[in-house]
Amino acid sequence: MVEHAEIRMVHRGGSKINFREPVITNDSRFLLCAAGESVNVYSTSTEEYVHDLQGHTGLVTGVVLNPSNHLQVYSCSADGTVRLWDFTDAILIKTFIIGYPIYSIYVSEKHGGVVFLVVPMANYKSSELFQLVAVHLPHSGDQEVEARELSAVLCDVSPHAGAASFGREGEYIAAVRGLQLEVFFFKKQKSYRFSLKSGKKKGAKNAFTCISCHPKEDCIATGHEDGKIRMWRNFNQKKEYTYSTLHWHHGAVNTLCFTPEGTNLLSGGIESVLVHWHYTQENQKDFLPRLGAAITHIAVSPDGSLFSTSHSDNKITIIQSCVKVSAVIQGLVKGDGVWTNLIIDPRSKALVLNGKPGHLQFYSLHRDKQLYNLDIVQQEYIHEEGLDQFEVVKAAFDARGDWLATVEERRKKGAELEINLKLWAYDELTQSFVLNTTVTAPHEDQITAMFFSPSPETTMLVTTSLDGHFKAWLLADHSDANEGFWACDFVGGYHLLKPGCCSFSADGSLLSVGFQEVVTVWSPASWELLTTLSQPPGAIRDLCFGRLSCSKYLLGASTKNQLCCWNLLTCSLEWSTPMDVSLLQTDPLSENMAAFCSQSGSSDLFVFKPSEPRPLYSQKALCTGKVQHAVFAPRDQMLESCEERTQWLNRSQLYFFTQHMDLLTFSTKTEEDRLLASSKQLMVDDSVAVTPFYLLLGKHRGQQLEKQEALTNPMAERTQLPQGSIAIKELLHTPAHVLPSASFLCAMFVRSLLISSSSAREEKEHEEGEMEREEEDSEGEADPRLGESAAWGPPEEFGAPALTKAQERELRKVKTFDHSWLSSLLDC
Amino acid sequence: MASFKSTKIPIYPKLGEKVTPDTLYWKNYKAPVQIKEFGAVTSIDFSSLAPHNYAVTASTRIHIYGPFSTEPVKTFTRFKDTAYSGKFRSDGQLLVAGCEDSMVRLFDVSGKVALRVFKGHTKGVHVTDFTSDCYHILTGSDDYTCRLWDIPNSTELTSYKEHTDYIRCGITSKLNRDIFITGSYDHTLRVFDARVEKSVMTMDHSQPVESVLLYPSEGLLVSAGGRYVKVWDLLKGGQPLVSLKNHHKTVTCLSLSSNGQRLLSASLDRHVKIYNTTNYKVVHNFDYAASILSLALAPDDESIVVGMTNGVLSIKHRKSPEEKREMAGKQRMQPVYRIFVKGRNYVPKKDDFLVSKPVKSHLAKYDKQLKKFNISKALDTALESWRRNRKPEITVAVMKELDRRGTLKNALAGRDEQNLSQLLNFLIGNVVDPRFTPVLVTATEMILDIYQAVVGQSSVVDRQLVRLQELVEREVDYQQDLLEVLGMLDTLFAASLPRKEVPCPGSSRPNGLAEGSLGAPGPQLKAA
Repeated sequence: MVEHAEIRMVHRGGSKINFREPVITNDSRFLLCAAGESVNVYSTSTEEYVHDLQGHTGLVTGVVLNPSNHLQVYSCSADGTVRLWDFTDAILIKTFIIGYPIYSIYVSEKHGGVVFLVVPMANYKSSELFQLVAVHLPHSGDQEVEARELSAVLCDVSPHAGAASFGREGEYIAAVRGLQLEVFFFKKQKSYRFSLKSGKKKGAKNAFTCISCHPKEDCIATGHEDGKIRMWRNFNQKKEYTYSTLHWHHGAVNTLCFTPEGTNLLSGGIESVLVHWHYTQENQKDFLPRLGAAITHIAVSPDGSLFSTSHSDNKITIIQSCVKVSAVIQGLVKGDGVWTNLIIDPRSKALVLNGKPGHLQFYSLHRDKQLYNLDIVQQEYIHEEGLDQFEVVKAAFDARGDWLATVEERRKKGAELEINLKLWAYDELTQSFVLNTTVTAPHEDQITAMFFSPSPETTMLVTTSLDGHFKAWLLADHSDANEGFWACDFVGGYHLLKPGCCSFSADGSLLSVGFQEVVTVWSPASWELLTTLSQPPGAIRDLCFGRLSCSKYLLGASTKNQLCCWNLLTCSLEWSTPMDVSLLQTDPLSENMAAFCSQSGSSDLFVFKPSEPRPLYSQKALCTGKVQHAVFAPRDQMLESCEERTQWLNRSQLYFFTQHMDLLTFSTKTEEDRLLASSKQLMVDDSVAVTPFYLLLGKHRGQQLEKQEALTNPMAERTQLPQGSIAIKELLHTPAHVLPSASFLCAMFVRSLLISSSSAREEKEHEEGEMEREEEDSEGEADPRLGESAAWGPPEEFGAPALTKAQERELRKVKTFDHSWLSSLLDC
Repeated sequence: MASFKSTKIPIYPKLGEKVTPDTLYWKNYKAPVQIKEFGAVTSIDFSSLAPHNYAVTASTRIHIYGPFSTEPVKTFTRFKDTAYSGKFRSDGQLLVAGCEDSMVRLFDVSGKVALRVFKGHTKGVHVTDFTSDCYHILTGSDDYTCRLWDIPNSTELTSYKEHTDYIRCGITSKLNRDIFITGSYDHTLRVFDARVEKSVMTMDHSQPVESVLLYPSEGLLVSAGGRYVKVWDLLKGGQPLVSLKNHHKTVTCLSLSSNGQRLLSASLDRHVKIYNTTNYKVVHNFDYAASILSLALAPDDESIVVGMTNGVLSIKHRKSPEEKREMAGKQRMQPVYRIFVKGRNYVPKKDDFLVSKPVKSHLAKYDKQLKKFNISKALDTALESWRRNRKPEITVAVMKELDRRGTLKNALAGRDEQNLSQLLNFLIGNVVDPRFTPVLVTATEMILDIYQAVVGQSSVVDRQLVRLQELVEREVDYQQDLLEVLGMLDTLFAASLPRKEVPCPGSSRPNGLAEGSLGAPGPQLKAA
């Protein structure tokens, strides 16, 4: 993958967090989930990303808590290793090399030092058959240990997570595959197989999908494709086993999970409803509906207080005590396809693309976090297979990000196409887009391209459609209504040809529309056809105007392996080159253009300027398959790289989606250095969940403490302590009625403390004192000197009932003494 | 956990007028009171005195009505022939009227017999008016003359014989006792000054003038004649300002609203149009049953009185605010106010900690059923008679939603005769509505599929099916005709569009496009 030392292709965010079931730690504070090649740790209370466990070189396929140490976690990966981690500090403790790609991992408390792995059967190269093996993890001090003693437990198991489960106290393990349930008893070293009929009847799909064993009783719950749940009992013999059936789901049961006490069974499927069955009264069930997308995994925290459900839209929902959704961890949603292309929101610089069905997602590339979902279709989504749903197929932002245009489409079998064009205005108050205009059936056929005019004076939208027309939409100003709406301004066509693409020049003065083989150039001001350009054969697939110094060029990519560049001043072909360009992208901040070409099953990238014959950068065999979507994302800060090869990455970054929906980007050395530096800077105390509040105050508090530690060196402390204690002794032993007034004493006391500290510290203290003076009266000013007393103060204040001013003042005086005395005692 | 998203009811653009403050104002009148007079009502005049009685001239009588009476409070019948132009003096004490027998009679409003009779005209007198000093009377007659009379000694003061045709309208200035304006069938408007022998200003309306009106400031003059209403600037020497052509028959009467912001014109085409006097756009329109001859507005626009050729006097009274409230109250039973505002008007104190309660969203009945996946019930709810008749878009939206869920067929199936005939009725009413056709055609097809087995078992359903078939066949014919017309129009447009050459700069390098194809007709342009 790495060909050039300076430019590297890297995965940037967007990994699947719903691939395997997550793990909630014993104290319910963290949630661990497999995410691509690492394990991510999230805080359950704040849904913030805490850190990740990096080290695997292949896809992580399973995460389980170490049953003998609840602060450690095992993870297995397709790279053939099992790794043991300390997840609180993100330290890799041990690596066990198994040697086979691992598909899932199971552990049990009863089997200490043994992990059960699903690996492909050694003698079958086809990798169709899998077996469950037990691996004794050797005890040794080394970091890397080879553990190659595998003992097969069950043959022919399913590689899916959730297809095997440990029974009551680890006495048996049950696995399902196809129409078969197999239970292996460790004591008897014997396995029983139970199989169901294939169900010749129409609609009866008996195949097993998932399994869960009751933790306290001999009961196995299995989920089936037809939506039934079977509860197996009495299965320690071949003949007299029984099962009862529960049925609520109408689609396949994706996942099952017993709560730790076994009182409840949770199930989930495509309906995106979490069903909560009561174990003893099975006709009683609770529902948690509308969780957003099909449930793929359910996990329960060891104390049973938190549930987490993974969803097919790359989301983990944390549910508190079965009724309330308390947190949602959302990754980059990768739906069935990206129809909208990748777009950059000019306002938030977020990547915008299809999200959940009927939604647009705004994804922050810098923070690798979904910012928000914009509901475009605004219809109740029916979670059922085989329905034709509305999909967002096109989206476009205007130059300033004030307007968003979306096109949604629903094609019914044998019926008319339903198209809606929606225009959304950005609302400063709510910081989101608000629906302004809905145009039903803007065109009679599919819309092929949609762009806003980049000129700052007019907000104009152009749509091209397969019905042979392109339409210009303008914001109609209405004096009596306070906000305008959009209306069609112009309908154009060319010889009834079907327009496939369109593009505005950088200043919005020219519009080019590609009508199959002909490129037409229009003036949006007068809607005059200025000129036509053509280079047959081959229909135009992509059109781009040059920018900045190259604005006189128009580039077009045609289907017949041609990339043409026309000079708009002479209206003639400047150059053309045989290239099978699948995607043409312009950098909005420079003259550069990127062309992705597909050649013999893989994609090449060329970055060039239209005016120069030589590409600035080229990379052969970027990835397998065609690159369909790419975008230049502007950088926050410009990179200062002088190397010629990397200069094109200075202003913006190129992101692209491969065929397998991996989000990739190019990174340079200078950028990585900078990232490394910033990550060091951002290092926070991992043991505390990162909340916005903590980020604001915690850092400040930490620095304060650090400074104090640095300044109050042992010498000063020692000199201070005796003094303090003497003064306090004096104070405590003198009867209260003979003491001078407290305010007098206070000043004295403070002065006595001041002697020991250096002048530099005094200044600091003074500043801090000022900051906290907002809360405390001038008499309490002596307080902040001692870190502890300042920290203790507030709770007492809150706890106290309403007092008069005078009483309060007295209390505060007492407090100052109290704390100083206590703290000095503690220090002694 | 997201909440249930309710079914989207598309908003269709409302056909007809837009709601503006003007329409609201002018629609705020009760249903008209109609009084039958003896003949065509030629003139209506409001008294400026407090109860604002009005004099209605029709045939040989003048009736005086009170503001809310349907019976005349007073009648003057001493006319030998058709009476014209019964007018009150500004103090409301005297009334003057012309007559076809060329005599002008002056009445005391409380009396019966004419106080004075002015003789001198040789033909019928259609125009009478008091001057602003209340001592003189202006008359205009079919003998082409207009005269000024002195009331106390009933003598003719002056006579102007400048018009060359019947004088059918005239008005005196309210600010100057000597100035008056007459309009005649000789197409001219003349401004006279009693101190001068001749007319001081002449304007050409180019149609026989039926009515004149002065603005309260008397800077602008409005005249109506033929289909035109024209506005003249008197201060600029009678320069025409605007010419309005909004009626399709002769405009017979003009009036100003009480605040002078709106101008009303009545016409033989049975319409009263209301114009904005700043931009002279029509802001509202009233329809009447017959051609209108006279129109008057009560002070403060309290009522609009219109007289028609068939002798019907139509009076519209403004709705009083109490009545309006009553109407609103009738529509919905409201909960007791005290219960309604309970706890809502509590103003949080300074130190109160506010806990916001999630607002419970209200779902419509059919949405509640949809939420529970009760599809047949949802369709039943949407087919409830008032919803079906008043808001068919809701029924159609629910059908569309069911179709989207793939359950429309199940929801339509299993209905008895009554239910089915209800459904078919709805389809017959709405299937050809272009807004609903795409959804309802699928629904109709499904119904035919489902119920084809029971055709012939119920006469009601069979009759409806036949009606539906006829309807669809007729609609198909219409559509075909329309497409034919569209094709003809396209040909006409294409022929009228000038041929446009696509500019092709001379280039030595190949442009790719052959020269021949450049000469082809220009792009197909169609304005939206």
